[in-house]
Amino acid sequence: MADKDALFKFLCRMGDNCLIIGHRNSEWCGHAPILEEDIALANIALDFIGQTQLWLGLAGEVEGEGRTADNLAYLRDAFDFKNFLLVEQPNGDFAQTLTRQMLFDAWHLPMLQALKESSDERIAAIAEKAVKEAKYHLERSRNLCLHMGDGTEESKRRMQDAIDLLWPYTGEMFKSDNVDEAMVAAGVAPDLADIKATWDNFMDEFFAEAELVKPENAWFQQGGKTGTHTEHMGFLLADMQFLQRAYPGATW
Amino acid sequence: MSKEWPLWEIFIRGQHGMSHRHVGSLHAPDAEMAIHNARDVYTRRNEGVSIWVVEAKNISASAPSEKGPLFDPSNDKVYRHPTFFDIPEEVGAM
Repeated sequence: MADKDALFKFLCRMGDNCLIIGHRNSEWCGHAPILEEDIALANIALDFIGQTQLWLGLAGEVEGEGRTADNLAYLRDAFDFKNFLLVEQPNGDFAQTLTRQMLFDAWHLPMLQALKESSDERIAAIAEKAVKEAKYHLERSRNLCLHMGDGTEESKRRMQDAIDLLWPYTGEMFKSDNVDEAMVAAGVAPDLADIKATWDNFMDEFFAEAELVKPENAWFQQGGKTGTHTEHMGFLLADMQFLQRAYPGATW
Repeated sequence: MSKEWPLWEIFIRGQHGMSHRHVGSLHAPDAEMAIHNARDVYTRRNEGVSIWVVEAKNISASAPSEKGPLFDPSNDKVYRHPTFFDIPEEVGAM
């Protein structure tokens, strides 16, 4: 049995990643370049919000202090959120949104596949449900990134800019800390080195096929997993949490 | 117009359905993406088990002006309808 505090933190990380990238995708609703993408992005956003409910719901249960998924989503401050810096980065242009999505999906899918074997049955059940969505997300984001990479000169330039911009935020996904180690020891979650190997393979294949250049970063941003966020996080939360902050307990 | 993605016609086979039915159209850069988009646009509420996509330009249609010669002759040939047979109930929908 995993340490309760570490388990709570791990579940918050899973849930916060889904919540924040889901919220970012939802920001496109009504603004996407074409109708088909608008619907697809809203769909994906809803997939992630659904997963968030499961992860944060379980987090609240594990914590045992009566907090619900909604409480955790709407009533915590930036430093209590444990999502990767990657997922809170602004939507930017369409290339940036899709690159962010692919970089995350390529981590998310192998992570969920491994979590299906978790020693904690509740986690295995959530992963089982979410993995189908994640598989579709990755297929879609990879496909669009490839298309834009070998599309027009402009789309290629925008894709390369997005990759160069977001690449430094990818290292954090594989940086193991005491929470991750506790999860591995308890058989709850996989070793992040294994996930990185899968992610690296995926990226190598992607760059072999795409007409894009893989960045050669030696240095990566970090902090999201421990609650030290980029300046974008506060604005995102102000938008996302406004209603529950201004009208506590409001329902409709 | 050349910057526009081509139009695709979408056919979905429902859970209970026997054949694919035309449900609408959408834009996509290629067939694979058309299937992805069709999944998001037309099957969000569990409407289907299979998707076909066909680029709209590949569909040939009968001309409305030909309606007369094409369809009218079948109007007065009741014997072409199998309404003179007693169908056993067990057969169900034909």
